[in-house]
Amino acid sequence: MARQSTYTPAYAVRTVAAWAVALLLFFPLGWLLLTAFKTELQAISVPPLFLFEPTLENFHEVQSRSDYLHYAWNSVVTSVASTLIGLAIAAPAAYAMAFHKGKRDKDILMWMLSTKMMPAVGALVPIYVLAQKSQLLDTQLALIIVFTLSNLPIMVWMLYSSFKEIPHEILEAARMDGATLWQEATRVLLPLGMGGLASTGLLCLVLSWNEAFWSLNLTAAKGGTLATLIASYSSPEGLFWAKLSAASLMAIAPIVVFGWFSQKQLVQGLTFGAVK
Amino acid sequence: MAYLQLQGIEKFFGAHRAIKGIDLTIEKGEFIVFVGPSGCGKSTLLRLIAGLEHIDGGRLVLDGKDITQAPSSKRDLAMVFQSYALYPHMSVYENMSFALKLAKVDPKLIDEKVQNAARILNLVPYLQRTPKELSGGQRQRVAIGRAIVRQPKVFLFDEPLSNLDAALRGQTRVEIAKLHRDLGATTIYVTHDQVEAMTLADRVVVLRDGIIEQVGSPLELYDQPANQFVAQFIGTPQMNVVPLQQVPPLVQQQAPAGAVGGAIGLRPEDIAVCASGSTAVPGTVDLIEALGAETLIYVSTPDGAQFVARQNERTGLHAGDAVSLDIDAANAHWFDSAGRVVAAQKA
Amino acid sequence: MKRLIPRLLLAPAVATLFLWMIVPLVMTLYFSVIRYNLLQPDVTGFAGLENFEYFVTDPSFATSVVNTLLLLGSVIAITVLLGVAVALLINEPFAGRGLVRVLLISPFFVMPTVNALMWKNMMMNPIYGVLAQVWAFFGAPPVDWLTDFPLLSVIIMVSWQWLPFATLIFMTALQSMDREQLEAARMDGASYGQQLRYLYIPHLGRSVAVVVMIELIFLLSIFAEIFTTTGGGPGDASTNVAFLIFKQALLNFDAGVASAGALFAVVLANIAAIFLIRMVGKNLDK
Repeated sequence: MARQSTYTPAYAVRTVAAWAVALLLFFPLGWLLLTAFKTELQAISVPPLFLFEPTLENFHEVQSRSDYLHYAWNSVVTSVASTLIGLAIAAPAAYAMAFHKGKRDKDILMWMLSTKMMPAVGALVPIYVLAQKSQLLDTQLALIIVFTLSNLPIMVWMLYSSFKEIPHEILEAARMDGATLWQEATRVLLPLGMGGLASTGLLCLVLSWNEAFWSLNLTAAKGGTLATLIASYSSPEGLFWAKLSAASLMAIAPIVVFGWFSQKQLVQGLTFGAVK
Repeated sequence: MAYLQLQGIEKFFGAHRAIKGIDLTIEKGEFIVFVGPSGCGKSTLLRLIAGLEHIDGGRLVLDGKDITQAPSSKRDLAMVFQSYALYPHMSVYENMSFALKLAKVDPKLIDEKVQNAARILNLVPYLQRTPKELSGGQRQRVAIGRAIVRQPKVFLFDEPLSNLDAALRGQTRVEIAKLHRDLGATTIYVTHDQVEAMTLADRVVVLRDGIIEQVGSPLELYDQPANQFVAQFIGTPQMNVVPLQQVPPLVQQQAPAGAVGGAIGLRPEDIAVCASGSTAVPGTVDLIEALGAETLIYVSTPDGAQFVARQNERTGLHAGDAVSLDIDAANAHWFDSAGRVVAAQKA
Repeated sequence: MKRLIPRLLLAPAVATLFLWMIVPLVMTLYFSVIRYNLLQPDVTGFAGLENFEYFVTDPSFATSVVNTLLLLGSVIAITVLLGVAVALLINEPFAGRGLVRVLLISPFFVMPTVNALMWKNMMMNPIYGVLAQVWAFFGAPPVDWLTDFPLLSVIIMVSWQWLPFATLIFMTALQSMDREQLEAARMDGASYGQQLRYLYIPHLGRSVAVVVMIELIFLLSIFAEIFTTTGGGPGDASTNVAFLIFKQALLNFDAGVASAGALFAVVLANIAAIFLIRMVGKNLDK
């Protein structure tokens, strides 16, 4: 790899510069993290406080308000359900294209991509009207359907890529050994493809959880997700920043952590493999 | 009664006709080798027999049963893949017992069969390892073991030795030959290596461009090739095939009538290199390859022909030396302009 | 028989996506040429190009288009330029590189509404916000970002969120650079600037194109940040086309006009999509 010796002045400069940039860019999040543990008064103090005694009172308060759990539950349900349903639909399709090459496979994949590229706003009116007519406004189900369909192209694509890494002879060997399609899928494909399934699922979980456009437009108090809840804090309400920080932190923490683990999938999934 | 019959087998990939009407009968217990250059269709044919590709035309009959449309899982055939295709997430034991487990065979019987196969293949100490903990040669034996355990009607081998290094290849070739001798199973073996074909086969099927060029025992193909392609494919170094115009008139006169405008074929061991001037065919030495047990001498003649001669003795010749070639027309093969073999004239 | 099984397996995915694509499209086309107000469902009738006319002559229309272009252009420019810079910076090893990567990636995974509120309250609030305090530290009067510079504020928020994405893409692309080519250049005596110009930048060309395309498509629908902070205002200073459609549809309840506007947005997106699809298609062939 690099032939230069490791600890040159360039190394030191790079280290300082990189850390400076990283800390600067991370600062807003870091500040959010700190504020979550302050009291309201500390949160609005001028000049801003860096050293203080942390408290958990905000988390308690946010949790004691039952609506938080309600919205959090909606987020969980819609993300998980849409991811699982999506995987169930996408996996067979990805399997078919990866191992039983058809003439139209490439076209199908490209077409699926193109459906993802339509801006959400283009479908806002019809989807809203449909939801209204079928009385699905402000329900979890509406979001589950929308999330599943939004993420389906990405899921098919990513599963297709990861299935292609499995040598097709291994599945052929299973067929020669007498396996039916179901046995081939469950006893050979699944164990070997588990990594791809998991990382695809993780990415889609992240995308659904953070989804704000449809949550804000299709749901409110009953079916709303955390995105909806946080958005409702947009009108000032006196001293509430510390609580907002705590609520926000709880809303984003798991996903940010998941995100750290799904970097590679993010690149592959969101660029549809155009960047390796 | 033929055990496995191929009748007019056809395969298309889009518009491309890859397999063009193959007829072949295979007896029980035979070791058949499909051999041919890249792209000749030998692997495709094997996969058609295995059921991994769909047969577009013709019939495939195994032990009296028509299996043309049957799925792979129902054909009672076992395949050893070129890349071995072992299940990476299973141990050697599980790899070998997978098919029997799927068939719901009694676990005690499974154990017996697996242990038996493992003993034959020297795999007993490795039964609990996973494929990635094995060497290439060991993995290959597991692949073979997986097939043996099933006691299928026919064994299919798809270039099993091509991923092994040269030393291991020779060794494994001998092991496969011994295995066939001991088990006596009907086997179809695909390779591009004609040495494997010659040493392992009861009969060899030479394929080119989707058709069978010739079927016969290895020595039949060596001594009586049906055309120029087979003649040059079998035998190392390649048979010398030289257009008739490029050999001296004395030799040309011995050609049968049908060979006019064609070529003469001579095996390297049928050409002797003598001192200059001693025969009617002069030449100059291009290159000497001293292989130890034999010596190859490359000679070109003033008519533009190039020959390889083989002899068992060492030689004192060097590149550039003038020599004479002793060509025994009695051992020559004659080809017409289309490459078909022409029978020699009766003397 | 052999062909049937793969087709059956593909069917659910293809069918559902097909519906997802066709139904909204057809409905939007339909709505855009009729009179349809959600508050007055009995007022119907063919409207021809009336809706399009109405949408386009809306006083906010021109502003929203300009805003959209400004938003797209600025965010893309910022994320690409800074993204390349940061990616180059952390391309070579240094102490704590793994942790730095983690810090840099994080903003992308923050929910857009949290992102918006975080900036609105913590950073940009003119009295208590961090930026205000920094300004005060340097003796300058604090800026009321959201009121005085609404579009800029949105640009800052969105850029902050999408910079990690661009950086990540460029990092991945840089990692795939041919090491031997770089070493050969170094041995040939190329300075870093020359390496940048002749090796790094051309290699990044393709990923820059990808980033631009992807961002074009996703940023066209920027909505949550505007909704949560400025509400498109003050006036229409920070309204983009997406928000304008939203206003028509869910604030004015005029589905007809909103649909006309949606078609407009779709056409814009499709232009960008065609290029991206071609690029991805080439990749699939490998």
